[in-house]
Amino acid sequence: MIIDLILLLILVICAIVAIQMRDLLSAIMLLTVYSLVMTLVWTRLNAVDVAFTEAAVGAGITTVLLIAALSRTQRGEEGDTKLPSSLRVSPRVGLVVVLLTGALLTFGTLDMPDYGDPNAPVNMHVAPYYIEASYHDTGVHNFVTAILASYRGYDTLGETTVIFTAGMGVILLLRRTNQRYKGRVDSGQKKDEREHY
Amino acid sequence: MAKRKMKENIIRKTAARLSIPFIQLYALYVIAHGELGPGGGFQGGVILGASVILFILAYGMEEGVNRVKQWKTDVLNSVGVLLYGGIGILCLFLGGKYLQYNVLPVSDPKLASQLGIIGIEIGVGITVAAIMITLFIETARRDEK
Repeated sequence: MIIDLILLLILVICAIVAIQMRDLLSAIMLLTVYSLVMTLVWTRLNAVDVAFTEAAVGAGITTVLLIAALSRTQRGEEGDTKLPSSLRVSPRVGLVVVLLTGALLTFGTLDMPDYGDPNAPVNMHVAPYYIEASYHDTGVHNFVTAILASYRGYDTLGETTVIFTAGMGVILLLRRTNQRYKGRVDSGQKKDEREHY
Repeated sequence: MAKRKMKENIIRKTAARLSIPFIQLYALYVIAHGELGPGGGFQGGVILGASVILFILAYGMEEGVNRVKQWKTDVLNSVGVLLYGGIGILCLFLGGKYLQYNVLPVSDPKLASQLGIIGIEIGVGITVAAIMITLFIETARRDEK
């Protein structure tokens, strides 16, 4: 119980500091810490599959990809980064909105059933069926895998296609600019490009 | 000059060389044991991709791009999704519904379902690993020579 509160406190601190941070590399590192602590929270909630994904994707790959993206730009902000005046709002307004939303969400949790309550609606609907019949239906012991790969096979196919699309997008956008850049260097416009980039 | 320094970094290379086989073995374990414990194609694929990214980080982008050929990852990107969709279509041809694994031609429908699930997990793993490598290489490299 106390460890859950400590973990949630660390999460909040990480999030606040990551927003306040001016140095982007430090912000990325803080998000990694956030993901790692989140992994512990998922484990505490017995959601080991989610924890596994959080550790591999959130703390691992995302960090590397963000740092790779950072290598194409700069670590700090430069120049005039202020929003146009029509979009600018006082930070106090933001604080009020955040506090109100937080209060509303906390109020919403008061109605929620106890954690792990077997009589909670979420545990009464399809969960008993999956627990009883998933091995018979699919021959797989892990409910999560049975649901993801068999009962919700279409969803997983869709997710895989989303990953595939992301890769194709990056290939189409970045590989083309890489090669165009290279082509221009070859055709002798090196100086212009250097100045431009 | 920075590149030469990178090449001389023996600690990083040795550490990567020692740990990569174990990481890859673990990735395959995670993909194969998704039906028994936590994990599955997605997580295993990410770990597999991460091992290759670790190689590129340790040995430098030049060596990495030489080893991990662009056409290979490009092909593998689609192979995984096609394997997934192909299993679904195979089920259609065998008289079932799309992705209805238990019509696969094995003695026991439970075993058929297991095989189908392992097949799509492998498909997910291949695509995810290849896409992660692609994302990293395309984002991090700049062809400025």
